[in-house]
Amino acid sequence: MIQAQGLAKYYGRITALRDIRLEIPCGQFVALLGRNGAGKTTLLRILAGLTRPSAGTVAIAGLAPQAARGSVGYLAHSTALYMDLTAWENLRFYARLAGLGRAGADLEREIERVGLAGRAHEPVRHFSRGMQQRLAIARAFLHDPGIWLLDEPFTGLDQEGAQFLKGCLAGAHAAGRTILMAVHDIALGYELAQRFIVIEKGTVALDVMKTSMSLEELAGCFQAVAQGR
Amino acid sequence: MAGKIWAVFHKDLLVEMRTKDSLNIMVFFGVVVLVVFNFALAGARESVRAAVPGVLWVSFAFSGTLGLNRMFASEKENGCLQGLLMLPVDRGVVYLGKMLAASLFMLVTEAVLFVLALVFFNLQVWEEIPYLALVFVVGTLGFSAVGTLLSAVAANTRMREVLLPLILFPVILPILVHAVEATGIILNSGDYAALKLPLSVMGAFTVIFGTLSYLLFDFVLED
Amino acid sequence: MDRKGQQRLDTALWVLLFAGMLLALYMALLGAPREKTMGDVQRIFYFHVPAGIAGLSAFAINFAASLMYLLKKNRRWDHLALAAAETGMVLMAIVLVTGPIWAKYAWLVWWTWSPRLTSSLVLWLLYAAYLLTRNYIADPERKAFASAVFGIVAFVDAPLVWFSIRWWRDLHPSPMLETGGLAPEMRPALWVCIAAYMLLLLFLVRRRYYLECARRDVELLARRVGS
Repeated sequence: MIQAQGLAKYYGRITALRDIRLEIPCGQFVALLGRNGAGKTTLLRILAGLTRPSAGTVAIAGLAPQAARGSVGYLAHSTALYMDLTAWENLRFYARLAGLGRAGADLEREIERVGLAGRAHEPVRHFSRGMQQRLAIARAFLHDPGIWLLDEPFTGLDQEGAQFLKGCLAGAHAAGRTILMAVHDIALGYELAQRFIVIEKGTVALDVMKTSMSLEELAGCFQAVAQGR
Repeated sequence: MAGKIWAVFHKDLLVEMRTKDSLNIMVFFGVVVLVVFNFALAGARESVRAAVPGVLWVSFAFSGTLGLNRMFASEKENGCLQGLLMLPVDRGVVYLGKMLAASLFMLVTEAVLFVLALVFFNLQVWEEIPYLALVFVVGTLGFSAVGTLLSAVAANTRMREVLLPLILFPVILPILVHAVEATGIILNSGDYAALKLPLSVMGAFTVIFGTLSYLLFDFVLED
Repeated sequence: MDRKGQQRLDTALWVLLFAGMLLALYMALLGAPREKTMGDVQRIFYFHVPAGIAGLSAFAINFAASLMYLLKKNRRWDHLALAAAETGMVLMAIVLVTGPIWAKYAWLVWWTWSPRLTSSLVLWLLYAAYLLTRNYIADPERKAFASAVFGIVAFVDAPLVWFSIRWWRDLHPSPMLETGGLAPEMRPALWVCIAAYMLLLLFLVRRRYYLECARRDVELLARRVGS
C-alpha cells in the first residue's frame, strides 16, 4: 500500500516534483509513464527511501520509506553490482547486509532462477549487459519484498532479456506483489500493467486503469499531455 | 550487527584482493614520496635519522589519502552505494566496516613502506618494532576514523578526490603531530615512558572521531 | 520582529559599531600606555588579540548552527553557519596578517610556530576547507548537510589541535620568549577593542546571514517562476 500526499521535491531552483498525490493498493501493477525529466526517477527514489521529499507526506504500508526498507525492492538504472566480485559473492554480500542468512546453495538457486546457471562464480565484469540486469533483478528483490519499484528496467535488454523480465514481473504480480514500474515504451507498459500514471512536469497528469482505456487512446492521451494540452 | 560490519569489511577486502588497485597505488605512491624526500633532505644528511619519523608519516598520510579516495569511488561506480542504502542496515555499520578496511589497507602499506625506509635510510631497528607497531596501529585507526567520514563527504562533491587532502589534513593534525613525536621517541631516544601521552591522545582522537563519524555518517550518505 | 524593527536594529548596530571602532582606535593607538620594551609596535596587539577572540566566537557560532541544522533541518541554520564561517575566516586572516608583522618587529622573525599563531593558521585552514566543500556541491540541501558535518568535525577537532601544538611546542621550544601577562593599565584598551570586534562580528554575521536569506528567497521565487 503506497500513499503520497502533496509530495514535492526541489533541487535548489529546479522543481523535480510538485504536489504528487498517489494511492496504490496492495497487489496492483502500475506503469509510470512520462517524458525524460518528468520526475519519474525522483518519485521512485523518494518511495524507495533514498531521497527525502521537500514537502508532503509519503507512506509505505503506513510507515515512512526509511522505516519500510525491508518491504521495498528497488531496481534503478544502475545495477548496484560490484564488478570485481562474482555473481554469488554479490548476492551473498547483499543477503548478509539484509540479514537474510541465506546459505550458499540457496543463493545458487537464486542465480539459476534468473537464468545465470553455471555463471555463479564468474566476476560480474565479464557479464553482458543483459546478464548484469538479470543479476541486478536477483539482487534487488532478494529479500522478497512486497513492493517492487523499477526504473526503466527494459533499457538495454535484448529480446531474450526482455522476455525474461516480463516473465519475472508477471510472476511477481501473480504472487501478489505491488509493482510500480517506470517505462518508456507505452505499448510495453500497456501489456504488463493494470494502471497507468503519467507524470508530466513533476505532477500527475493522468491516472487511468487499463479497463477504461485502449492502447491507442492511452497513446493519444500521452501525446496530448506531452504537448501540454 | 557485528556480522554486518564484517560483511562490509569482508566485501572491501575481497574486492581489493581481486584487483589490488588500492594497495598498488598506495604502496607505489608511498615509495615515490620516500624517494622524493631523500632528495629533499639532501642538505641534512647527518640528521636523517631525526627526520625519518616525519618522512614516514607524511608518506603514510599521502598514500592513506589515496586509499580513502578509492574507498567511495568504487561504491559510486554502478551505484553500489544506492543498493547498500536500500537495505535495512544502520549507516554506522557501513562506516565501521569501511573504516576497518581502510585501516587494514593502510597498515599493510605502512609495513611495506617502513621496510623500504629501513633500506633507504640505512636504519637498524629490532626491539623497537613492537612499539612502532603500536604507534602505527593507533595512528592509522585515528586517521581512518575521521578519514572515512570525510572521504564520503568529498565523494559527494564535484571535485571528489582532489578535495579530500584539503579537508582531511587540517583535521588530522593532532594525529600527525603525536604520531611523528612518538615514532621519533622510539627511534631516537628510546624513552618509552614518554610514549604514554602521545598514545593516549591518539587513542582519544580515535575514540572521539570514531564515535562522531559513526553518528554523522547518516547525514553524509543522505541525498 | 518585523521589517521596520529589523532595519532600526541594523542602524543602531551600525552606529554602535562605528562609534565603538572609533573609540577602540583611539584607545589602541593613543589612549593605551606605551609598552616598555617594544614601543608602539606593541599596539598591534589590540587588533591581533580581539580579532582572534572574535574569530573563535565565529567558529563556535558555526558549530552551533551546524548542529542545529542537522537536528532541525531548517535552512536558516545553514545560512547562519555560512555567515559565521566567512566572517570567521576574515577575522582569522586579520590575526594571521597582524601576527607576523608584530613578530617581525618584536623578534625579528616573520613567523613563530607559537601555539596561538599556529592554531590560528589551522583554524583558518579549517574555515577554508569548509568553504571549499560548500563550493563544490551544487545542490543546496546536500551542500548544507555536508558542510554541517564538516563544521562539527572541525569544531571538535580544534581543542585537540590546540593541545597538540602546545605540547609539540613544549618539546621543541623556540628561542624567543613571548610576552605573557598584560599590564593592568592596558586592560581597558584591550576590553574596548574586544567589544568593538565582537560588535563587528555580530554586524558582519547578521549582514551575511540576511544576504544568504535573500539568496534563498530568490531561489524560491525562481522555483515558482520556473514551474
